[in-house]
Amino acid sequence: MSTEWPLWEIFIRSQHGLAHKHVGSLHAPDAELAVKNARDVYTRRNEGVSIWAVRSADIVASSPDDREALFDPAGSKVYRHPTFFPMPDGVKHL
Amino acid sequence: MYAQLVETGQKMVRTLEDMVPEERAFQARVDADIKIEPKDWMPDAYRRTLIRQIQQHAHSEIVGMLPEGNWIGRAPTLKRKAILMAKVQDEGGHGLYLYAAAETLGVSRDQLIADLHAGKVKYSSIFNYPTLTWADIGAIGWLVDGAAIMNQIPLCRCSYGPYARAMVRICKEESFHQRQGYDIMLTLCRGTPEQKAMAQDALNRWWWPSLMMFGPPDADSVHSAQSAQWKIKLLSNDELRQRFVDQTVPQADYLGITMPDPDLKWNEERAHYDFGAIDWSEFHNVLKGNGPCNRERLATRVKAWDDGAWVREAAVAHAAKRTVRAAA
Repeated sequence: MSTEWPLWEIFIRSQHGLAHKHVGSLHAPDAELAVKNARDVYTRRNEGVSIWAVRSADIVASSPDDREALFDPAGSKVYRHPTFFPMPDGVKHL
Repeated sequence: MYAQLVETGQKMVRTLEDMVPEERAFQARVDADIKIEPKDWMPDAYRRTLIRQIQQHAHSEIVGMLPEGNWIGRAPTLKRKAILMAKVQDEGGHGLYLYAAAETLGVSRDQLIADLHAGKVKYSSIFNYPTLTWADIGAIGWLVDGAAIMNQIPLCRCSYGPYARAMVRICKEESFHQRQGYDIMLTLCRGTPEQKAMAQDALNRWWWPSLMMFGPPDADSVHSAQSAQWKIKLLSNDELRQRFVDQTVPQADYLGITMPDPDLKWNEERAHYDFGAIDWSEFHNVLKGNGPCNRERLATRVKAWDDGAWVREAAVAHAAKRTVRAAA
């Protein structure tokens, strides 16, 4: 019998106050071993204080083909950035 | 290197005229240093070449655990033993990062392992040499990991996102490996005359195989040229080899030991070291499977995989049983 262990995506929070960040993936038979394996594979040098493991099959990802439809509209909305509004030299704390 | 003689399946480098519009767009992204990600369109040859290259690299990390593992039980002190175990564990981790990167290209882990075990895919020639003395552990860290770093740092900038990210992680961990190797060599060279002779003997045996790790001269290799265009090979074999020699010779001078190469000398005009001819027949022979340890290495891997089968199966059965119980 050959049953490949499912793939999990691993997210590590490096320090208190920061968000979990994707660091890679690994195979594990269940959630408990996914966390244990993640500890061995991705935190050998104090890289983290918290681990999330998510089944890769459960991740919903946008498609590269939708890149333009999803992200181009933001390109023309430059007024969403503070630098869009020039401030006179004398004005402070803005 | 860790991936040697990677076939691209191309007879000549693809030109813009050869390319369909998607491929032209792909090449334009590569040229603009935009990373290619798993779901992006990519030419089949790029995908196949990358699978081969990353797979060879991953297998090298995993098989590379064997020559060093040979000395864990015989390390001279508890401290050295703990350090060596950490290093060998890192190599296992590096293999896992790389297998995961290869899997993003649509090949399964089981297939990757099966290819190695069937001898369809190679690992680096260097791991087919034996580790005869403790000094070999020093020489491997210093020379083999040194050569690996030389090759891997440029790969952090390669065009395929998951591979580049795996290389970044690996490079961060790799310099510990090289330093622990040099530290072993330093200790031996500052020890008794017998210990220093042991260090010299290890250098004599590992020097030429380390230079071979970079692969044959690639000036006229169409595979290298294609891989360069795809940015999955960023510097030529000869360029990397020269850098490695230039960096390593002064380190040997400091240790007070010498490379086994009578032709090695500083060339003022080139501002590089000249070095003697490499015996490429030995390299090709080792790649073909006739190195000192090829059969033993592969047999050890296959045995480990087969012996672990019941553990993998039991873990799956346990997970299935718990899922059923949780549902009930």
